[in-house]
Amino acid sequence: MSEEISTKETGTPPETGELTTLLKQEFPDDVTDFHAHRDDETVVIKRDALEAVCRFLRDDTRCSFEIMMDLTAVDRLEMNETPRFEMVYHFKSLTHARRLRLKVRLTEDDCKIASIHHLWKAVDWYERECFDMFGIVFEGHPDLRRILMYDEFEGHPLRKDYPIDKQQPLMELKEVEERHVYGRHS
Amino acid sequence: MTDMTLLQSSSEDASTGEDFSASVMSIEIGPAHPAMHGIVRFTTHLDGELIVGMDPEIGYLHRGFEKESENSKWIQVIPYTDRLNYVSPLLNNIGYSMAVEKLYGIQAPPRAEFTRVIMGEISRITDHLTCLGAVAMEIGAFTFFLWFIKAREYLWELVEEMTGARLTTNWTRFGGNHSDLPDGFLGDLADRLAKLKEIMTECDKLLTRNKIFIDRVKDVGAISKEDALSFGFTGPLLRACGIPYDVRRADSYSVYDELDFEIPVGSTGDCFDRFLVRMEEIRQSISIIEQAADKMPEGPFMTDERMMHFPDKKDVYGNIEGLIDHFKLVMEGHQPPAGEIYMPVEGGNGEMGFYLVSDGSGDPVRVRMRPPCFNFVAAMPAMTVGHYVADIVPIFGSVNMIGGELDR
Repeated sequence: MSEEISTKETGTPPETGELTTLLKQEFPDDVTDFHAHRDDETVVIKRDALEAVCRFLRDDTRCSFEIMMDLTAVDRLEMNETPRFEMVYHFKSLTHARRLRLKVRLTEDDCKIASIHHLWKAVDWYERECFDMFGIVFEGHPDLRRILMYDEFEGHPLRKDYPIDKQQPLMELKEVEERHVYGRHS
Repeated sequence: MTDMTLLQSSSEDASTGEDFSASVMSIEIGPAHPAMHGIVRFTTHLDGELIVGMDPEIGYLHRGFEKESENSKWIQVIPYTDRLNYVSPLLNNIGYSMAVEKLYGIQAPPRAEFTRVIMGEISRITDHLTCLGAVAMEIGAFTFFLWFIKAREYLWELVEEMTGARLTTNWTRFGGNHSDLPDGFLGDLADRLAKLKEIMTECDKLLTRNKIFIDRVKDVGAISKEDALSFGFTGPLLRACGIPYDVRRADSYSVYDELDFEIPVGSTGDCFDRFLVRMEEIRQSISIIEQAADKMPEGPFMTDERMMHFPDKKDVYGNIEGLIDHFKLVMEGHQPPAGEIYMPVEGGNGEMGFYLVSDGSGDPVRVRMRPPCFNFVAAMPAMTVGHYVADIVPIFGSVNMIGGELDR
């Protein structure tokens, strides 16, 4: 999506960053899209390649992404984009002082993705949060429980079709008798 | 640690099914415990006083920051960011505003950036003062706490002078700040910094070489460089491990490249190193503030791009462009161009990153904030196992968990 827009804005085709070139060279069949909007290098890959690409990013000396900075998802329901979900991974390399954003697109009826908790320890809780908020299932995660919400909570609050004013009281609410204020109806 | 409640004592942990030996008992610390800095629960498994297992449970302060933000206009998110890391609200304001500015592709004028640096560093100092004061108090150094809180009060008065509020600052705007430096602010700032320096010298004498204090924090809660990186540590905790990663230098945002400062690092990554790193960072921040005050340029404190800020009232009532801008900003809000950005800034606790997605319509699609202390709390088991119950207090204190930021 952003690629088209950045092209439209600047009138030039998206720049190919160093890492994008490297990933396209190493994983020619798996890189589906890329852009560098506002100099944030972004690569979109196929779902099945995630584990291999992440391992490459961590271990290869040309990448050396020591820190898995952030992991989240985007629900694109209201943007009318398909597929609906987009997993977003942010990496930081201290050796090369570089950042990279990796994205994987997931369809609504099959929002499962391989867990990468064994590559960085931070991923464990990030994936729990993402599961809690978006209902994305991380296959192979050892302990995929809710983390911010409570276990009895139904639904996933950051999905766009979850109403913001929905209430889920753990106890039944008491019926409150309607009272007339200011004695207007008495 | 007298206030713990013995909830259950069993040979098997129900949640994980792990079989602990018969002498292991499980004790809940929290959610509301005097030595917890926010509301968080630790289920600890103890063999005598030795910690053999721990499961942190968070989420007690979850307010739906991201959901609320995604149902607001871009500008309406700024007050919500005050409530993330509520000990250094200005850093959150600055981080979010810079993120939206990156989305727009604009920059605030130099005077606004220098003012932001001053206010941001004041916030960083209050953050560190709170953290260090609380750690010291919890392990018995009450005087230190009182003096640090006194110093924090001096700084919060400055924040109040600038923004009108001590904590709920709501001060930055897209492309600048809400207000310029008030009259006489730089003079007050110099006075307060002088007082702060005095307090720093005295407190340094009081605690840094104090044997009772060192015995409680030295070699406690250490974490290796590799683990710290793998857990995604940033900020003072990563620097205490010996890795000089500071977003202010590594990504050099705002005007930090024009200012001269050192990045203090530790060696072992234990609680004492974290203490020393934070103490030195306070001194460095004081120096940054002084340099920024000296270099303060003249000029506007708000960008002159149209549709970025509310026009002056005389324009709203005096000409049609002003009226249209005002109407459109109120009715439609800011409309950053479509795209996605990740903007990291150095928060009080480490890298605070905002990941924003816009579809160009004026309603944010995604507002995500990377909470630095999320990773620290996730690493609590790794830092505490093998230590004693009493060590949880300095370890958790040095982590500086802020509930508002952790649970969002």
